[in-house]
Amino acid sequence: MNTVHVLLWVVYPYLAITILIGGLIWRYRYDKFGWTTRSTQLYETALLRWGSPLFHFGVLMVLIGHVVGLLIPKSWTEAVGITEHNYHFMAVFIGTVAGFCTLAGMVILIARRRFTGPVFAATTRNDKAMYVFLAAVIVLGLWNTVRGNITEGGYDYRADLSPWFRSLFYFSPDPELMTSVPIGFQLHVVAAFALFAFWPFTRLVHAFSAPIGYVTRPYVVYRSYGTRPRPSRPGWEGPPTLPTRSSSRSRR
Amino acid sequence: MRVMAQMAMVMNLDKCIGCHTCSVTCKQAWTNRSGVEYVWFNNVETRPGQGYPRTYENQQRWQGGWVRTRSGRLKPRSGGRLKRMFTIFANPKLPSMQDYYEPWTYDYEHLITAPSSDDIPVARPKSLLTGEDMKITWSANWDDSLAGGNEITAGDPVLAKVSEQVRQEYEKTFMFFLPRICEHCLNPSCAASCPSGAIYKRSEDGIVLVDQDRCRGWRMCITGCPYKKVYFNHRTGKAEKCTFCFPRIEIGQPTICSETCVGRLRYLGLLFYDSDRVAEAAATEAEQDLYAAQRSVFLDPHDPAVVSAARAGGIPDDWIEAAQQSPIWDLIMKYEVALPLHPEYRTMPMVWYIPPLSPVVDVLRDTGHDGEAAGNLFGAIDALRIPVDYLAELFTAGDPAPVRAALGRLAAMRAYQRRGNLGETPDEAIPASVGMTSDEMDDMYRLLAVAKYEQRYVIPAAHAEDAHRLEKIATECSLDYEGGPGMGGGGPYGQGPFGESSGTPVPIQVETFDAQRSRQRADSLTTPGDPAQRTNLIDAGGAGDRTGARPPKDPAGGGGDVTSPGVLDINRDQP
Repeated sequence: MNTVHVLLWVVYPYLAITILIGGLIWRYRYDKFGWTTRSTQLYETALLRWGSPLFHFGVLMVLIGHVVGLLIPKSWTEAVGITEHNYHFMAVFIGTVAGFCTLAGMVILIARRRFTGPVFAATTRNDKAMYVFLAAVIVLGLWNTVRGNITEGGYDYRADLSPWFRSLFYFSPDPELMTSVPIGFQLHVVAAFALFAFWPFTRLVHAFSAPIGYVTRPYVVYRSYGTRPRPSRPGWEGPPTLPTRSSSRSRR
Repeated sequence: MRVMAQMAMVMNLDKCIGCHTCSVTCKQAWTNRSGVEYVWFNNVETRPGQGYPRTYENQQRWQGGWVRTRSGRLKPRSGGRLKRMFTIFANPKLPSMQDYYEPWTYDYEHLITAPSSDDIPVARPKSLLTGEDMKITWSANWDDSLAGGNEITAGDPVLAKVSEQVRQEYEKTFMFFLPRICEHCLNPSCAASCPSGAIYKRSEDGIVLVDQDRCRGWRMCITGCPYKKVYFNHRTGKAEKCTFCFPRIEIGQPTICSETCVGRLRYLGLLFYDSDRVAEAAATEAEQDLYAAQRSVFLDPHDPAVVSAARAGGIPDDWIEAAQQSPIWDLIMKYEVALPLHPEYRTMPMVWYIPPLSPVVDVLRDTGHDGEAAGNLFGAIDALRIPVDYLAELFTAGDPAPVRAALGRLAAMRAYQRRGNLGETPDEAIPASVGMTSDEMDDMYRLLAVAKYEQRYVIPAAHAEDAHRLEKIATECSLDYEGGPGMGGGGPYGQGPFGESSGTPVPIQVETFDAQRSRQRADSLTTPGDPAQRTNLIDAGGAGDRTGARPPKDPAGGGGDVTSPGVLDINRDQP
C-alpha cells in the first residue's frame, strides 16, 4: 500500500464526498434561486422530446444498477439463490441497454445544444465543463461494461470494487482492494468522484430536487403570508405611534 | 362553511379602447428584464382573434385546465400526478417560442457607426435569443384590431365552436378588445400541475404566486394553466406569472394595470367564498352550469352568519367592511352583469368581465336604427346571434341566456339613463323589464359610469401587525436585504458564481429603473455587470420622495443642460 493508493482510494473519495455534501448545503443556502433545471425546451422541442427521456430514464436505470451492484454484497444475492452467472448476465444485459440509452440521449442532447442557436447561446462555460465530466463518466462506464464483460469474458467487480466502495461508508476504507481492479474501472471511479465534487456547482443539482412529494401532495397549495420565513430585524417596533405625554416608559 | 377572502377584478369591456396602456405599464413594472422579453402578464387581445400565445384556448391541443373524470372528480386535463412524473423530462404540451414570438431588438449602433456610403444605413432586427439577424414574423399584437384579416382570425378557437352561419358573418359584424391578466383562480390548475409545490394561493387574499426559491423549472404549470398566463423565464429557468401587483395591493393601492387604465374599466375588490365548496362546484357535471356553480360559492358579506364565520376564520373587521363595499360583489352578484372567462376550464377564475354591448349598438347604428332605444336594443340582443353566441362561448361555456341577461341590463340602463339625460320622465317599465328597480338601475349606472377611484378600487390594506412580515413596505430601507447594498454588500445584481440567475433574488420593491436605462444604453445585448442602483417604481404613485428615481445629472457632460458648451445659448450672443 503506497501513498498513491491512499491518496487515490481514501483521501480523494472522502474529499469529493465532502465537497459534494458541503457544496450542496452551501448552494441550497446561498442560491435557492439558481437551483433549477434551466430547461431549454422553450427554444427547441423536437430533439429534446427524444434525447431528454432517453438520457434521463437511461441514467435512472444506470443508477439503480449501481445501487444493486455496489451496495448489495455478493453474499446476499447468493443467499437468495442468484448464481454469479445469472447475476452477471442480468447486470451486463440491463447495464448495456441502459448505458446505450443514456449515451444516445446524451449525444442527441449535446448535438442539440451545439447546433440549435438559442440553446447554444444559453449554454454557459460551467455547462460545457460539466458535460466533459459527465460524458467522461458515462463513456468510461459503458466502455467497461461492454469491453470488460462481453469481449473479455467477465470481471467480477463485486469481489473487490464493491467492498471497497462500501468500506468508505463504514469509515474503514481499504485501498488494498482497489489495487487489483482493472485500469478502466479505476478511471471510471476517479472520473465519477470528480463529477461528484463538481456536482453542487452545476445545473446537475436539479437531480436532488426530484419532486417525489408531488405524488402524495394535495393538488392546490395554500400558504399564508404570515408564515413566510422572514429574517427578523433588530430595532423593529411596529409602525410609528405618537408618544403619550404621561408615559413613563423609557425611550429607546 | 369556511370563509376565505379573494381579491378579484372585473373589467367592463364596453369601455376598452385597446390602447394597451395596461400592458405597457405592467411590462415596465414587472417584465422589463431579459429572459422575460416575450412575457406579458397583462395583454390585450382583439376578439375574434387567436390570442396570446396563439390559439391558447384550444385545450384539445394545449391540454390546460381540469377535466371531470367519470367518477365525478377533477383531474388536470394534461394528466394526473403519475403521468406528469413520467413526462417530466420533456413536457409534451409546452408551447414553443414560436407560439409566442421570438423577442428582438434593433442594431441601432449601426446607424451611428456605419461607414460613409451611398445607401442609408438601417438598424437590422437582432434576435434576443441568439443575437443573430432575424426576420420578424409575429409579435404580441400582430393581429391587433383584426390586422391580418380573415386568414388570422379564422384560427380563433372560440370561433371554431360557434355555428357555421355565425362564422361566415362574423367578419362584417363585430370586434372588441379583451384585456387579460392571470385569473387568480379559486381552483388553480397551474398550482395543481407544479411538481415542486412552488405555486401557491395566498390564504389571506387568494393571490396566486410562484415561489422563485422553490421553482425548479419543471415547466408543468405552463401546460396546466388553460389561460397560458404562467410564463417561463428562459434566462433564469423559473416560472413567472402575474402577481396581482401584491406589493401594491398589500398597501391598499390598485394594480398597475388598473391604476393606469385609460378607460377606467377595471374594478377591484374583495369577495368572500366558501372554500369547502370550491372542489364540489368546480366538478359540476354540465359545463354550462359552471357559471351558476361558481356564483353559488360566493358568500354574501352582508349576511350576519357569513360575517360571524368570517370573524371566526380570522378575517379582520376592516376586510369584512371592504367586502361589504366591494364593487365586485355588486357587479357579479347584485347586478349580475359580470361573467367569468371560460368557466368550462373548471379553474373558477376570479377576473370577470362585463360583456360588451357595443357590437350590438354598432349593428343597430349601421343599419339606421336608434341604438339607444330600449325596444330596439332588446330586439337586437335577441335577434343578433352572432355577438351573443360568440360571447357565450367566451363567458358561459356556450349558454347564451346569461349573456343575454347581462346585455339586457346594460341595454336597459342605456335607454333608461338617456330618458333621464334628455329630461324626459323616467320610464319605470324599463328597469322593471330586466328585473330591477329604478334605484338599483341608478346605482348600477353610477358604479359603471361615474364611480370614482375609491369606489372602483376597494382594497383593504394588509394589517399593520403583519406589515413587517410582508415584503419590506416603506418601513425600512429597501436595500437592506441580505447581501444588498444597504448591508454593505455588492448585492446579487452582478454576476454570481453560477451566472446572472444565481444568488438571492432582488426583492421586487427594489425596482429596476437604472437596470432598464443601462440596458437601453448598453452596447451588448446583455449586461454582465448590472450596477446596483435601482429604485422603486412599483409603489411610485406620484407622491413622496422621488430622489433616486432619476440618475444624477453629470455636471461635466453635455446633453440635458442648456447652458453647457455646444448647446445654443441665446443670451450669450446678445451684445
